[in-house]
Amino acid sequence: MTLFTPDRPLNLTRGGRLDLVEVRYETYGQLSPRRDNAVFICHALTGDAHAAGFQAGADKPGWWDNLIGPGRPLDTDRFFVVCPNILGGCQGTTGPGSLNPATGQAYGLDFPILDMADFVSVHRRLCEHLGLSRLLAVIGGSLGGMQALQWALSHPSDLANACVIAASSRLSAQNIAFSAVAREAIMRDPGFHQGQYNQFGDSPDLGLSIARMMAHITYLSEEALALKFDREPERDGLNHGFGVDFAVESYLHHQGEVFLDRFDALSYLYLSRVMDYFDPFASPQATAAIAAARPNLLVCSFTSDWRFGPQHSRRVVSHLERAGVPVTYRELASDFGHDSFLLPIPRYHDTLRAFLDRAWEVGS
Amino acid sequence: MRGAASSPPLRRDLALISSLIQPGSRVLDLGCGDGALLRHLMGRRGCTGSGVEIDPEAVLTAVRAGVPVIELDIDQDLDRFGDQSYDAVVLSRTLQAVRRPREVLLEMIRIAPRVIVSMPNFAYWRNRLRLLAGHAPVSKDLPHSWFDSPNVHFGSLDDLERLFADLELQVMRCLPLAASGRPSLWPSRTRNWVAGAALYELTAVLVSPPEVRGGGQ
Repeated sequence: MTLFTPDRPLNLTRGGRLDLVEVRYETYGQLSPRRDNAVFICHALTGDAHAAGFQAGADKPGWWDNLIGPGRPLDTDRFFVVCPNILGGCQGTTGPGSLNPATGQAYGLDFPILDMADFVSVHRRLCEHLGLSRLLAVIGGSLGGMQALQWALSHPSDLANACVIAASSRLSAQNIAFSAVAREAIMRDPGFHQGQYNQFGDSPDLGLSIARMMAHITYLSEEALALKFDREPERDGLNHGFGVDFAVESYLHHQGEVFLDRFDALSYLYLSRVMDYFDPFASPQATAAIAAARPNLLVCSFTSDWRFGPQHSRRVVSHLERAGVPVTYRELASDFGHDSFLLPIPRYHDTLRAFLDRAWEVGS
Repeated sequence: MRGAASSPPLRRDLALISSLIQPGSRVLDLGCGDGALLRHLMGRRGCTGSGVEIDPEAVLTAVRAGVPVIELDIDQDLDRFGDQSYDAVVLSRTLQAVRRPREVLLEMIRIAPRVIVSMPNFAYWRNRLRLLAGHAPVSKDLPHSWFDSPNVHFGSLDDLERLFADLELQVMRCLPLAASGRPSLWPSRTRNWVAGAALYELTAVLVSPPEVRGGGQ
């Protein structure tokens, strides 16, 4: 779906403009006649529009299928669920790998620098296109939670409820450091060609897979890796060499490998950089609008998450609570690290169900 | 509203607390349980506010009822609430179960100008009899056996009032409660014997009034 055109372009927060923005999105459930049952899903760094159900021929369902569907916390018998691919992404929505209409070549590093608010601008245009003037809820985990937070702060009257899960309002130096190494791995790959690798028929596969391998470690906890692999050898015994000898190594190689099929290195650079700069409470007026509109916020963190752990969520809660926003905070016990937000952890899903049942009862 | 369930009648002790809170106040309810008090205050008395609770099941019930609840530890995390950021802060029948009641009271008076606290009375006459008979007290206000009680401090109302005085907390109102949960009909000065619990409304002492020492001795 083309949402921005030269006569209604997307003006970006950090300057620059996109004359053409395509957005891929999926929907689940039925929009009610009163258009008051819409729930908007924002995906994380490497997610896509396919949040639930099975695509033709696929053996795995959408990335949040355990949450979305009949009888699930996001019950599609009641809610109309919308999930788009993010601006700057590479799975159907315009991003740095898309063709620049001005040059006929892929944008590469000519793609403008993005900001969390730009994601929200595109989401809001999609809502306008779908005739959704007010959302029952906006929900997201990780980068998705940051979009939900940005949306709730900048346009709080768009939504009655927002769920900010395993997210952050200000990356730590450690967070930025990990992102920096991932980007360096990509940009120093000889296949990167200053971002114009598409023109060279090349791609920085090595850098992107190393970025993914490292990021993947930060998505899991020490306990989760121990539970899954411990020190198991990959084959019959340990060979004491430099090859893939431990099962965890083979797992990471696999993760890095399959990532290449579905993700673009430039999208990785652009989207991860947005998170580094995200600092929505820095402005003294940050909570003025949300304090007036008072949507209900749910903030969740997971105990073993060391990417955006409880201290990140507590910061969000403190700012909202001090602004008088009705905010609920849960610190959920989980051994599975940052990726917990994708898992059907009973207490986590019970919390979302309770919050969404209440949202449904009260209406938008 | 799509068929919201009507709220059940408010527990007697919570109704008493509610009567001490000005309509329209911003209230922080520490140890809010399933959020019944806040739900009542928000729904019927035009209040806003937050609950604090650490029991995961209770938090879930509160969320379902639309009460904003922050899951944190009263003993450790009250410093994240701003100075005088609420009109009233409530701690109902929980002070005896926190590790550091003194620090919790000081945090409460920092957070709000009005502090509402209730606590069971370990020196209630039935409890004294149980002790004399050689057993740890079990009563309506202290319902747990010694081995599974969440209570870690066993103070009398006298003890509590001395702590208030030490912390320069002024007792604006004291409601001794009978074991039934109703306000006790006995003269207030007998409360350390006859009250199963008591509910206090406190404020910080601004000037040092000569004779205010909580009373009851």
